[in-house]
Amino acid sequence: MTVSRYRACRVLVHRIILALVLLLSLAGCAGTRANTPAEVSPMHSISEFRDQRFAEVADPWEGFNRSMYRFNFYFDKYLFLPVVNGYEFVTPTFLQERISGFFNNLGEVRNLTNSLFQLKGTESVTTLGRFVTNSTFGLGGLFDPATSFGLERHDEDFGKTLGYWGADSGPYLVLPILGPSSLRDAGGLAVDSGIRYGIYTAIDPFGNSDDAFAITSGITTLEAIDTRHQQSFRYYESGYPFEYYMVRFFYHEKREIESGKPLPAE
Amino acid sequence: MMHLRMLFITCLLLLPVSSMAADDGYGYPIPGSYEATILGTPASLIPKFPAKMRTRQLVLDVIPDRQIPPVFFYDTGLRCTFAYQEQKAPLVFLIAGAGSSDRAPKLLTMMKAFYQAGFHVITLPSPSLANFIISASQSSVPGDLTEDAADLYRVMETAWKQVESDIEVSSFHLCGYSLGASQAAFVAKLDEERRVFNFHKVLMINPPVSLYNSATRIEELVKQIPGGSKKQGIFFNKMLAKFSQYYRYGNFVAINDDFLYSIYTERLFSREETAGLIGLTFRINLAGMIFSSDVMTNGGYVVPKNRLLSATDSLFDYFLVSTHLSFFDYLNEYFYPYFQKRRPGLTKEALIESESLRSIEGYLKSSAKFGVMTNENDFILTKAELDYLRQVFGERTKIYPRGGHLGNLEYQENLDYMVAFFK
Repeated sequence: MTVSRYRACRVLVHRIILALVLLLSLAGCAGTRANTPAEVSPMHSISEFRDQRFAEVADPWEGFNRSMYRFNFYFDKYLFLPVVNGYEFVTPTFLQERISGFFNNLGEVRNLTNSLFQLKGTESVTTLGRFVTNSTFGLGGLFDPATSFGLERHDEDFGKTLGYWGADSGPYLVLPILGPSSLRDAGGLAVDSGIRYGIYTAIDPFGNSDDAFAITSGITTLEAIDTRHQQSFRYYESGYPFEYYMVRFFYHEKREIESGKPLPAE
Repeated sequence: MMHLRMLFITCLLLLPVSSMAADDGYGYPIPGSYEATILGTPASLIPKFPAKMRTRQLVLDVIPDRQIPPVFFYDTGLRCTFAYQEQKAPLVFLIAGAGSSDRAPKLLTMMKAFYQAGFHVITLPSPSLANFIISASQSSVPGDLTEDAADLYRVMETAWKQVESDIEVSSFHLCGYSLGASQAAFVAKLDEERRVFNFHKVLMINPPVSLYNSATRIEELVKQIPGGSKKQGIFFNKMLAKFSQYYRYGNFVAINDDFLYSIYTERLFSREETAGLIGLTFRINLAGMIFSSDVMTNGGYVVPKNRLLSATDSLFDYFLVSTHLSFFDYLNEYFYPYFQKRRPGLTKEALIESESLRSIEGYLKSSAKFGVMTNENDFILTKAELDYLRQVFGERTKIYPRGGHLGNLEYQENLDYMVAFFK
């Protein structure tokens, strides 16, 4: 490289840097309105705080998460909840309950695989018993006779399996549409979905039908609607200005407590 | 507040009723004042209501042209719930307790009971709830009974205007619990001048006689925290550890009713700890009120003056700071200075005196429309205040032997009494 070309390069780099600096400072100007009065320190601030912090959860991506929380609020408001309300309006309560039962029963497969992954013997047998009972006597899960036989439901998923074997929850994460989660639980969700897809492909229930795709999409949509129908949570409904932190804390703590290994009795 | 209650107890199923009830003909089973307050009414003792109701959510534009700060972008108006009959019927306005929304579980149970008995119902959030402070409070500084009543009255008028053409109303009634009960009294008094509703009857449930005295008694619960209220973070974390350890030692399936019930029967938390948890819940609730009021007034109390918070800014430090402020901090540093500025010469004693039923005693005594329902062991009242209620309202006072503060509100007998009062 000749000296002149080297110089030209350097000038170019300088210019780019200068341009960037200018651009950034302009962006800075755009952010602060010229006529905004200066900030004044409040009467009480965090500097006087002499206590343990509480209800706190690792949340390095809070900005992103809060945006996602807001996105979910709007998604619910303008699409999801109107659809769910329509569903609730046209479907008799009896039918709604049968549909929920059907999908909850399918969920037992996830509960079973994960209680097996956690080597929980009794629980696996119970869950298998529930699945068999409700699939047969309960007419494919439409009814839940297993609970009245004393077989309690144990909700498990791969996020809990990871937690059980000691994986840390990782940072808090608000997923689009699905809502509160964590890095670990989001990974777990991917694994559960993969297993489910694998089982579905192996069984291929609608393989003979020409409309397999349409049927599958219909069922998936109905499942999504039923899932939201079963959840009473509504974003920002509490009206509490710190709701985000309350939801974050309760989600995290519930997962921590339920996925932990039982301690030996004293 | 609902969040902690959600964590500790939502409902109890298999409560052994007969073994616990004292033999006084009243079936509400939980004897302790604090326990009743936290546990409420066991699910099996809450009456069943028909699932289908004609309801609609009202989102009211109470103060047109109000500027909503970006941090409260989700607040598009005051939310009330409206349940309506197809035929002509009386309408009851229900006012929620401190910090509660129009969909607070207790309020919804009351709504169902009234609806089933043939009333139209409109539930109103508490003027101390952020939604109210942001969308419906003229001053955005909550806690003054006279001003809060004026705000509530405006809300009721707005709500009525919105539903007037859809229903037929034979008469108007008013009912509130806790802070909402005292506000109901002041709203009724205002109605005597304004005459928009001409409230036929007004029921006050578990009212404080003096806001200052009752808040003081709740603050005393916070004082039972080891190290005092400034160490409530340590206390919170300790209680949480206890809670989670208890779960992991026991063989529980999930954090469900059975687990929560066993916390009560095994007495996981001591009496002081239970008191501390009620106090802490109060503080967490109060924090929401302080923060939203400060943002709305640009008061520079916990948020820097002139700071424009965005929808995605972190608020956690404000949460920590606000939860460490007491009712007295709010009164002395924020509430009183605000009113002093507007009414020069106002003493703190006079302000405190005005936040009390005693300040409208003459009116309360002279009007036959009032009724009071409360409990012998409601910890927000002293013995003397309980006697005061008896003396002012005479035989229109109904005092149950137990139930703590609002614990028995959803109990069948109590709901029956409320409905019968308006019949």
